[in-house]
Amino acid sequence: MARVLILGATSDIAKALANEYAQHGYDLYLATRQSDRLDPDIKDISIRYQVNVKAFEFDATAFETHASFYNELDPQPDGVICVFGYLGDQKKGEKMFSEAHKIIDVNHTGAISILEKIAADFEHQKRGFIIGISSVAGDRGRQSNYLYGSAKAGFSAYLSGLRNRLFKSGIHVLTVKPGFVATKMTASLKLPPFLTAQPDTTAKAIYKAHIKKKDVLYVTGIWWWIMTFIRYIPEPIFKRLGL
Amino acid sequence: MKTTNWNNYPHTDATIIDASNDEALSNILSRTTSCIPRGLGRCYGDASLQSHILSTDRLNRFLSFEPITGTLTCEAGVSFAEILTFFVPRGWFPPVTPGTKFITVGGAIASDIHGKNHHRAGTFCEHIESITLKLSNGQISQCSLSENKELFHATCGGMGLTGLILQATFKLTPIESAYIKEEVIKAKDIDEIMDLFEASAPFPYSVAWIDCLAKGKQLGRSIMMRGGHARLENCKGLKNPFLLRPTKPINIPFFLPDALFNKWTIKSFNALYYHKKRTISKLMLVDYDTFFYPLDRIYHWNRMYGKRGFIQYQFVLPKPSSCEGIKKILNKIGQEGKGSFLAVLKLFGKANQNVLSFPMEGYTLALDFPLTDDIFDFLDRLDTIVLDYGGRIYLTKDARMKDTLFSKTYTNLSRFLTIKKEWDKAGKFQSMQSKRLGIL
Repeated sequence: MARVLILGATSDIAKALANEYAQHGYDLYLATRQSDRLDPDIKDISIRYQVNVKAFEFDATAFETHASFYNELDPQPDGVICVFGYLGDQKKGEKMFSEAHKIIDVNHTGAISILEKIAADFEHQKRGFIIGISSVAGDRGRQSNYLYGSAKAGFSAYLSGLRNRLFKSGIHVLTVKPGFVATKMTASLKLPPFLTAQPDTTAKAIYKAHIKKKDVLYVTGIWWWIMTFIRYIPEPIFKRLGL
Repeated sequence: MKTTNWNNYPHTDATIIDASNDEALSNILSRTTSCIPRGLGRCYGDASLQSHILSTDRLNRFLSFEPITGTLTCEAGVSFAEILTFFVPRGWFPPVTPGTKFITVGGAIASDIHGKNHHRAGTFCEHIESITLKLSNGQISQCSLSENKELFHATCGGMGLTGLILQATFKLTPIESAYIKEEVIKAKDIDEIMDLFEASAPFPYSVAWIDCLAKGKQLGRSIMMRGGHARLENCKGLKNPFLLRPTKPINIPFFLPDALFNKWTIKSFNALYYHKKRTISKLMLVDYDTFFYPLDRIYHWNRMYGKRGFIQYQFVLPKPSSCEGIKKILNKIGQEGKGSFLAVLKLFGKANQNVLSFPMEGYTLALDFPLTDDIFDFLDRLDTIVLDYGGRIYLTKDARMKDTLFSKTYTNLSRFLTIKKEWDKAGKFQSMQSKRLGIL
């Protein structure tokens, strides 16, 4: 039975991914802070899909714990999905470096810290898959969320390099760039419905892209058009826009 | 957010609170405003409406399942559709199901729902082992037949007025296939269909569609559908007896014109429907979706009644007076030319102990009427007949009953109020319906 590790398992996208992979017969390792919060979800998924689900304590910014966290997984997973992220508060981050630091640490440093360890193991075994949930915010820095955007841009560049490195070992790396997703993280924002995906359709699209071995996935597809357009606006014009 | 239930009447502007969010829940319960739990909004009226709604949408997890006994514990927002998806392939079926699977477990308890097997299995709540409730003082309490029994009997059928149902434990029924061995029989008038119901007592499921616009000698002409879960030996030729053939849902993408349903279109439809079935009796194997949930295949079928919506009128009359009373009501409908496409007749078994439960031994008839200016006066006239014959109206289908009729026909009301006062001292749980009917 294949086993997938989901890092940052309490978010709505992570829960939808857990359901999607369980539905396809995967056993699950769910990793998060205060992992006992996941008890009812573990029961729910194991009843629905009759798969084995285990929860593990994991903190994205406790870098020193990442090696022992991964080494203690037995048996080790066949694939990993890195879902955790921290949207943070742009305005607060501009005034207080601690907020900016946290945004960068969770979205970028934390992800690299754990994924480097997993990548080394997968490379050694010449098998496995790595899926990273980045963001369209990383495609171009905008005044409204460039702290989060820059951390995600770093994460996207990291995944792209990792894909390049692991290709010859037969390891698939998928970069996912969601646009708006209706989740707890975005509950307070007013999102345009036609650009907003639901967590379960996002999870289905990710599973499908994984099976098809896609490199980069925009959810929903319209975001590829939007971001391509935004990327091509010349900087002299872009800097004058209120995006 | 503008909110309405399945029949599109009435509408209200409501603040929706996520009942799975402990913080938001404690916050609303500590304030002076009242609130009401709501699941998938499939009731026909204002029972789950008011300005502050506790949505159980995200309370949708299965918490335990015992595969030997079929005992399931789940959160209140789990829908019957989900139970069917995950448990039919393992050989289990809800002990009682209504005519739609898009309802939640919490709603099923609050409505003490009945199904086509009421004469043998009773209501859904008669299969409940225990309920976990969030009370208005913020505490979480269990109730069952052995613990807080009064609270249990008030919560089952209590329209969400005793507290927020968080979880429930109940037993599923074992089945050998996803199919129903169904028998369809025509009855030429009301006496014949009632004889058929008596003769159908041994069948696990029975229900009849009735042509409410047939007059004179044909008054009450009906089509009876009865059956039971198909055994393995009935399913020869099926590769997997638990697998349904895939079907395409039909969608009504927008509201159809209000004037679509009038007595002529309904009369023609009913005549066609009655005569479409050529033979007097027919035996066949149908999947559970076709037998229990024929309308679920048409998404948004409620839009057929137009933007103004419709009223569903479901009453029950005690058995001794059922025949006379139903004839009188059918005559009244015929006289005033008010037709209903979906007229469903069913013989209930005995009533239970639940304080505001609807079913009693006798016939129940459910009718849909498009909302028109004169419909309320007309239904008031039907109410008089229901009252005269000792019957009552189903709260889950009610959007317009008068408080006087309610207190005369739900004779346990004062007992309900005493229990509600004890467990909901602050009177936090209220709906537009409970205010209208004086359940305060």
